[in-house]
Amino acid sequence: MHSHGSLPVLTAKDFTTDQDVRWCPGCGDYSILAQVKKVLPTLGIPREKFVFVSGIGCSSRFPYYVETYGVHSIHGRAPSVAIGIKATRPDLSVWVATGDGDGLSIGGNHLIHAIRRNVDIKILLFNNRIYGLTKGQYSPTSELGKKTKSSPFGTVDLPLNPISLAIGADATFVARALDSDPKHLEHVLQRAAAHKGTAFVEIYQNCNVFNDGAFEYATVKDTRPETTCYLEHGKPMLFGRNRDKGIRLNGLEPEIVSLGNGISEDDLLFHDEKMVEPTMAMMLARMAHPEFPEPMGVFRAVSRPTFDHLINEQVEKAISKMGRGRLADLYDDGETWTVQ
Amino acid sequence: MDTLKRNVTLHELDEVSVRFCGDSGDGMQLVGTQFTNASAIFGNDVATFPDFPAEIRAPAGSLAGVSGFQINFSNHDIHTPGDRVNALIAMNPAALKTNIRDVEVGGIVIVNEDAFGKSDLAKAGYTANPLDDGSLSKYQLYRVPMEKLNADALKDLAGEVGAKAVGRCKNFFALGIVAWLYNRPLEPTVEWIRSKFGGKPSIAEINVRALKAGYYYGETAELFASRYTVARAKLKPGKYRKIIGNDALALGFVTAGELAGTPVFYASYPITPASDILHMLSGYKNFGVRTFQAEDEIAAITSAIGASFAGAIAVTGTSGPGMALKTEALGLAVMTELPLVIVDVQRGGPSTGLPTKTEQADLLQAVYGRNGECPLCVIAARSPSDCFDMAIWAVRIATRFMVPVILLTDGYIANGAEPWVLPDPAKFEKIVINHPTKTENGHFRPYDRDEMLARPWAVPGTPGLEHRIGGLEKENGGGHISYDPANHQLMIDLRAQKVANIAKILPPLEVFGPPDGDLLVLGWGGTYGALYSAVERARAMGYSVSHAHLQFLNPLPSNTADVLRRFKKILVPELNSGQLRKLIRAELMIDSIGLNKVQGKPFLIAEVLEKIIQLSEKR
Repeated sequence: MHSHGSLPVLTAKDFTTDQDVRWCPGCGDYSILAQVKKVLPTLGIPREKFVFVSGIGCSSRFPYYVETYGVHSIHGRAPSVAIGIKATRPDLSVWVATGDGDGLSIGGNHLIHAIRRNVDIKILLFNNRIYGLTKGQYSPTSELGKKTKSSPFGTVDLPLNPISLAIGADATFVARALDSDPKHLEHVLQRAAAHKGTAFVEIYQNCNVFNDGAFEYATVKDTRPETTCYLEHGKPMLFGRNRDKGIRLNGLEPEIVSLGNGISEDDLLFHDEKMVEPTMAMMLARMAHPEFPEPMGVFRAVSRPTFDHLINEQVEKAISKMGRGRLADLYDDGETWTVQ
Repeated sequence: MDTLKRNVTLHELDEVSVRFCGDSGDGMQLVGTQFTNASAIFGNDVATFPDFPAEIRAPAGSLAGVSGFQINFSNHDIHTPGDRVNALIAMNPAALKTNIRDVEVGGIVIVNEDAFGKSDLAKAGYTANPLDDGSLSKYQLYRVPMEKLNADALKDLAGEVGAKAVGRCKNFFALGIVAWLYNRPLEPTVEWIRSKFGGKPSIAEINVRALKAGYYYGETAELFASRYTVARAKLKPGKYRKIIGNDALALGFVTAGELAGTPVFYASYPITPASDILHMLSGYKNFGVRTFQAEDEIAAITSAIGASFAGAIAVTGTSGPGMALKTEALGLAVMTELPLVIVDVQRGGPSTGLPTKTEQADLLQAVYGRNGECPLCVIAARSPSDCFDMAIWAVRIATRFMVPVILLTDGYIANGAEPWVLPDPAKFEKIVINHPTKTENGHFRPYDRDEMLARPWAVPGTPGLEHRIGGLEKENGGGHISYDPANHQLMIDLRAQKVANIAKILPPLEVFGPPDGDLLVLGWGGTYGALYSAVERARAMGYSVSHAHLQFLNPLPSNTADVLRRFKKILVPELNSGQLRKLIRAELMIDSIGLNKVQGKPFLIAEVLEKIIQLSEKR
């Protein structure tokens, strides 16, 4: 199957397992799965070198549907499992599939620590703003006041912004995509795969059973140009059906302006995903519907040594400096004495 | 005054127990350790018991801040730090107050008289000075103005290093006195000081001077009429070092990794009294050891599970509260049937309990404490050096049977020291790891089983063996998710049988003393030394009693019931409310009598001996 020196040509089909996909018909997860399976064969990585790790929730069934190595772990802990895998085997391509409940609620701690360590793993956070598998309780990203099974009078807790959280944890790669915009999602996944370090991707995902239309404003083709703003590195932040509106910086705050009347593209904010300081990326993360078009694409892509590289480099350096350890020397350490 | 010709009697003793105690900032652990090293190098058998507060620096002089270090050194084989203290060195009133009750009647009490001022006494809750009120009349009390003498001895250096640094050396002054009293060589300590403070020669100098000043004070001051010596012990020939349980565990895991030809991944979250394992292993990178200080206990065990899936020898270590947090992930390890070692250095519980004190109360949690039918292997080390052997056993069992193994130790053996004969690495049996590389018929079946019911350990990166595992119930063999009722029953039974199969490779339970008789003392874990010594003394006194100590608790060695049934009575001393007793009653339908102590302290030999006598009829 594998010829020496060259990789076999793989297709999405090679990444399809023999398991029936058990998400509800119409679930946004199908689109994400399809795009992931489209991207994987293009990465030049042998199939056996991929590992998909998940926690608990609808999104966390993901590994069962990808014909690679996979661990369906326990609630919230996928980033930790992934760290153990990647630290042991830096040659593997390790992906985490998680959701807003799994990744931001029960597993929030592991998520921020994986991100700040910059472990070379790809984290796909399927955000549907609801608990699906437990049948419809509010999640940490549910909008304030939302009525659900567990909040019949509306929620009283402010939702988390996943992108802000990731940037706050010093993420080196942060992006957002939509399940209903597969082409762009595919592009973002390609970018995430190419990033060396933790790549955090929030994917707006529709739960058509328990929270249908949560992102309708962004997903309906007619309104999408007005409610979203696609980020392009080095380009002005334009949006609108006629691409005649833009984001301009007013002091430390963004504002929406219309082009014309003396305002040109040069007056707009030019997106720079490589800015070392995360201030601008954080500002973009705070831009939310309905006040602002919501940024889509890569917010931030900077370079920093990865945890898995550093941990293994320490081992290699110790061996080259001290020589490969010998057990006899290990035992015979410190003060010893001999009994005849 | 020609003091060297002073008339001092030299007494030879078989065994001495000395306790240093003072404020937790007084460096008592340090001088205790140095005294131990000097005695071990001299050739005595040694056993130690560091006893320190959970607070790093409780208010100076307070009862809560007292830190102690006990060492027993002897001319024969010993197994405990000693029941009664023969000589107590108390650096302040609080240390005296909390430790005096353990000193034998007629024992030596050396106090730092300079710390017995009015306010010092008040901090310790003394209304009258115990040095003057006659309350210490049953001891040999020696009042030494240590701070003043020490400061005088270092007067010429105070300008250079400061009075504070001089004051800090008083622990070495105290050590010097004790070194003279027990005729211990100073060289090992001097060497240690010089290498420790190599970069600061003036600090090294004041500590060495303080040590010697204390020693010469013992020699010149006409305070002590007697001096003692303890001859070398007749230990098994070989090269020795001193070892504490946590260090032995670290060495054991490195060894297991080498025997398996597989790198060790150790993930842990700082917790008393297990953190030292992480400290040690993080220094062994040139053995390929990867350590990970996780963000919490759960991340520690789940990253270890990930590392195990990726093919590492995966180990996580913690203490009771951390065990509770790791519980769900333990279930995942059982379900995914991955090799994993979990060390639980037991401490006083429940909840935060007594972090720095010892206890054996996590046994039932280890054996049973998970949701669902979730059997796994539980083993326990019985002494500091046994931690080394049990670490290797844990890895051997985990990798052979594809199961998580909980290795129980406790605060007492984790920090207690004993001499350890350096093993010969060539004599260890290899740990055989088999990662499959191909399938029989093109379809890899991750839950196929060998004759022991272990599943194959296929690691990512192997072409053709791609598979998914997880916490959901799986179809036996194929490994796909299965909700089939009969399959669930089958998997429950298979996982239990797999753990039961471990007994097939375990050594039988051994009995010290006759294999049958009136009374068997049955123990497990860190109480070994006290139980063994109590049985040894009882036998010398003519009692019919034997001792057996379980190192493997789940499964039990195959001959356990057989051993137990040969005795009329079984006494189970435990530092809990009767957990092993409950376990053997449940598993073997064998009843026993408990001796239970849950005070955060190890057993005294006398406590066990008294119970043995109470249960025995003299022959």
